Amino acid sequence: MRPGDPRAPFIPDRDYDKSPVMQCVGLGIDFGGLTAVDDFNISVGPTEICGLIGPNGAGKTTVFNLLTKVYQPSRGTILINGKDTARLNTIAANKLGLARTFQNIRLFQNMTVLENVLVGLHNEMNYGLTKAIFRLPGYWRAEKIAKERARELLSIFDMEDTANYKAGSLPYGSQRRLEIVRALATNPVILLLDEPAAGMNPAETEELMENIQKINKTFQIAILLIEHDMKLVMGICEGIAALNYGRVIAKGTPAEIQSNPKVIEAYLGTGGGKPDA
Amino acid sequence: MKPFTLPMPARYGINTALLIIFLIVGNAVTQSGMLGRAQNSLIIQIGFFIILAVSLNLMTGYLGQLPLGHAGFMAVGGYAGALFWRAQILPDGASIVVGLLLAGVTAAFVGFLIGIPALRLRGDYLAIITLGFGEIIRVVLNNIDWLTYGARGLQSIPRHSSFTVVYICVIFTCAAIHMLMKSRHGRAILSIRDNEIAAESCGVNTTYYKVMAFAVSAFFAGIAGALYAGNQGILVPANFDFMTSINILMIVVLGGLGSMMGSVIAASILTFLPFVLQPLNEYRMIIYSLLLIIVMIFKPSGLMGNYDFSLSRIIEKVVRRIQKAKGASADETR
Repeated sequence: MRPGDPRAPFIPDRDYDKSPVMQCVGLGIDFGGLTAVDDFNISVGPTEICGLIGPNGAGKTTVFNLLTKVYQPSRGTILINGKDTARLNTIAANKLGLARTFQNIRLFQNMTVLENVLVGLHNEMNYGLTKAIFRLPGYWRAEKIAKERARELLSIFDMEDTANYKAGSLPYGSQRRLEIVRALATNPVILLLDEPAAGMNPAETEELMENIQKINKTFQIAILLIEHDMKLVMGICEGIAALNYGRVIAKGTPAEIQSNPKVIEAYLGTGGGKPDA
Repeated sequence: MKPFTLPMPARYGINTALLIIFLIVGNAVTQSGMLGRAQNSLIIQIGFFIILAVSLNLMTGYLGQLPLGHAGFMAVGGYAGALFWRAQILPDGASIVVGLLLAGVTAAFVGFLIGIPALRLRGDYLAIITLGFGEIIRVVLNNIDWLTYGARGLQSIPRHSSFTVVYICVIFTCAAIHMLMKSRHGRAILSIRDNEIAAESCGVNTTYYKVMAFAVSAFFAGIAGALYAGNQGILVPANFDFMTSINILMIVVLGGLGSMMGSVIAASILTFLPFVLQPLNEYRMIIYSLLLIIVMIFKPSGLMGNYDFSLSRIIEKVVRRIQKAKGASADETR
């Protein structure tokens, strides 16, 4: 794919010679008579950070639910590393390398921080029931490796000290960070973040931006994020797609999106005294 | 200074030693003839109610589902074990072990079959469908006369439920479920309780773990059923009705959802209470019910909440405190 191809709007230069990690072609879903998302095309490069923006109710979270197979798309294809995900469920999509966080935090509240990350590492360990119940050597080995890995992942966000706290007792910002760590634990190729900065103050958002870039660099994975905080989106995304009424109205670099009249219209309404129909 | 922690082998060592001591003492007491037949039987009853409660706790406390057919699995296991023991194919010792395993496996298989359709539902719907399955099991047992002797009851079952057998089964149940819960499988089960959607997004196969927990729970209920048969000497399908399931659930809720220690304590209290209240005749059930209501009013999360007892943790705490005190006095002298 070349620059200018409508399906490859914002793969950065460094990723042009590599095949995209995720591709959506003509993705759409109907709920009864309502078309929530239609004709959604996007390609994400293997180490790209890109954003999905749009007014409330534009269908951003629905796109995430389609990608992670919470909903099965009515039409269109999703390819992860070239593999078709048709007829797969959420679990299989996760095994292919899709990990996500949620708009309203979904942690395992009554489990400790460390256990939350260990659930993320569930499929990295593969000892069976007998090994677990009789505590055979395989159990100890796998648990030791997994716990070390979990602490290592927690240290990205300087959270090793809170490892034994209940996840539900953490402050809001830490809960959001823990969700990202848990998603990273599943060893994804692409990380989907649903409003990671929601409810954060400017200082926390600043820190989050640095952390997202750090994750992108150290793990060499793609990140697709939904966000309303324009400072964050414009600051770290290399490519942005703007969504309104379930359709992509603009794609491009942050600068292009900022000056796009359709995007401005979607957010602010039509100017020039034209009455709203 | 690093906080004091007991190494893993020491923890196992302490626990095993205590369990063996308790086994020897318990055995000596029950064999000495100090206790009457009723008291001995009571101890056995406490034993299999602990197994029933701990296994149901896996479903309600850890997985967060509400099945009401536990007595059904107990019945399946009870009849499987009793029929095997009556056939007397093997010498006594081997017969006990094989009979118990057979009881567990049969119940687990039935649990697996019921679990596949039932666990598509949740909450109240799951409660109703499992209640229905439990009743079906009872009615079927009542009507296959050639095998179970129906309502007349399956009689002259060898009395294999000695203190040692029941005690070992209790320890095995508690240990197996504890080990299960501290592994990746247990964390998967807990994650389903806390947030099913998030669990799926972490790659946890929720259907598999629900059915597995259901089958494991049924396995131990089956063993408890066989112990029940070996204690009573006679099995009547009417003993496994809906009220038995409710009684087991009551133990779990009273002990605290998700607390194994709670289940053990509540099973002991609720089996013991009716026995000690016997002299009060008809007032017995009033006092029993009042106690339940009082506990639920003042401790709605159950006796233990979701706290779980760990002897090693307590030892560690005590040693740390002693070390601290020593450190403080050393500072003073300096």
